[in-house]
Amino acid sequence: MAVSTTMSEQRLGELRDLATQARRLIVKAIHKAQAGHLGGPLSATDMLVALYFEVLRIDPQNPSAPGRDRFILSKGHSSIALYTVLALRGYFPIEELSTFDTINSRLQGHPDMTVLPGLDMSTGSLGQGLSPGVGMAIGAKRRGLDFRTYVMLGDGELQEGQVWEAAFVAARYRLDNLVAIVDHNRLPQYSWPNAGGEGLVLHQPEVRARWEAFGWRVLEVDGHDMALLVPTLAHAHEGTPGVPTAVIAHTVKGKGVSFMENQFAWHAKPLSDEQCAAALAELGELPA
Amino acid sequence: MTSVEMQAQRVVFGETLVELADLYSDLLVLDGDLANSTRADILNKARPDRFLEMGIAEQNLVGVAAGLATLGFVPWVSSFAAFIASRDLDQIRVVVAQPHLNVKFAGGYSGLLTGATGKTHQSVDDIAIFRAMPHMTVIAPGDGPEVRNAMHAMMEHVGPTYLRLTRDPSPSITPRERPFTIGAAYVLREGSDITLISTGVQTSRALEAAEILSGEGISVHVLHVPTIKPLDVDAIVAAARTGRVVTAEDHTIIGGLGGAVAEVLGEHRPTPMVRVGLRDVFGESAPNGPLLEKYGLTPAHVAQAARDLLARTAAT
Repeated sequence: MAVSTTMSEQRLGELRDLATQARRLIVKAIHKAQAGHLGGPLSATDMLVALYFEVLRIDPQNPSAPGRDRFILSKGHSSIALYTVLALRGYFPIEELSTFDTINSRLQGHPDMTVLPGLDMSTGSLGQGLSPGVGMAIGAKRRGLDFRTYVMLGDGELQEGQVWEAAFVAARYRLDNLVAIVDHNRLPQYSWPNAGGEGLVLHQPEVRARWEAFGWRVLEVDGHDMALLVPTLAHAHEGTPGVPTAVIAHTVKGKGVSFMENQFAWHAKPLSDEQCAAALAELGELPA
Repeated sequence: MTSVEMQAQRVVFGETLVELADLYSDLLVLDGDLANSTRADILNKARPDRFLEMGIAEQNLVGVAAGLATLGFVPWVSSFAAFIASRDLDQIRVVVAQPHLNVKFAGGYSGLLTGATGKTHQSVDDIAIFRAMPHMTVIAPGDGPEVRNAMHAMMEHVGPTYLRLTRDPSPSITPRERPFTIGAAYVLREGSDITLISTGVQTSRALEAAEILSGEGISVHVLHVPTIKPLDVDAIVAAARTGRVVTAEDHTIIGGLGGAVAEVLGEHRPTPMVRVGLRDVFGESAPNGPLLEKYGLTPAHVAQAARDLLARTAAT
């Protein structure tokens, strides 16, 4: 159940521990697969823990309940972070994370709702997630259901025109039950060749103004500060009636592993055994 | 030709949506600001509660439909065939076909006859595109009555489906009350010298071609294939028993009905063939008559293709 302005220090500590545990599992899964993405999953981890452990009204034992809150990972390449949090939340065994990206796995490189319970939409081709969220939010109102729909987008995919087609229609249909979360880690896969060369920070100083221009209410939050994240996300839909809300979460790509932080090269890169051990040590794993 | 009833498929489409809205409480129609062309406006006028305007934004249009489908709604995405098959193709692939969501696509103004709008608004490759896409069902009705019957069948079918519709009135050639079976082809005329296999409203031109040829003493078999996918393989193989097959479609011969029939016969019953349709070209803006003439889709063209094939195969 959503709560949380009064969240206890103890609970905050638990959530932070869960996020660290999730990061360890993400690093291990990517190391084992020798494939997949790291930077984006690590920037999204805290938000996913906040959503699945405090914000979303969901039941892992009944993942198709009609009244559940919906979540769409529009930045589908961060799938391993979502899978890890779903596993920690009890949707499927944690051991299954080791099957990521292997043949016949339910944990596909990009989320496939046809094989894994708990996924509300298949994603992977960037810029597409907000539109199904609009459909779900319209549908909720038509069905008289009070569930909320959260869509997490990467800041890079805001370059896709479809995002703004969806933003326009969401405001038009007064979808105050829809929340877009922008994982604003400022680093896409390769970026624009302006001063400084490849991997340069993606400058989007206008990102807030863009959402506001499309008729959205905008909140900004530190995407790694659990004490702020939980209440911000839990109450994001309680803004102005008839107005959808965008939460711009300021994040660090590769968060939690010092040599990955703010390094575009770790967008997607296999880990060596040594790098994996170093990353896990930073994330508090005791040497075997 | 004796006088036959003429109906515009787009009008039947709009009227049938109204009929279906009464039968299915979950039916919704999503428009891309073309409702007065596609005639989805008929539904909007009768049942505004079932109509969702999505504006000039086809990619979002498909995504919204996918989201609604996850809640059990049955969204009909209405736009022009050219836009559905190209402008939002990635969206259809990723959020509808791959997750196998129950979204219906109604592609209006298909083929060359689009009210003189030209190549940007003509769809010459939509059948090929959707045939190639896994999970998609592809239907091209032959006339107004078949549009209505196919739409009823589509509501009973679960899964992504593309319905290819035309703009202008065309002759009614199928029985008004015949329930439509997705995946079934229909013999419209029995014959023994040569077989015409066609889809969509081109079937009415194939029937006219059969009349022309019949007047020349040629016995023509006509098979109408309103479902391009799944294809009625048995019916096509059986129809090829004349030993000569001419396919006809208002679409490119590459990957469309002609390509599909060639694939089937190549595997099951190698048969001399000629494919009538667009020959790897886009169209242009012009009235219907000159378009059919220039791009080789008239009954006379179909008849000539049949004569050529008969001549070519007579020697062997």
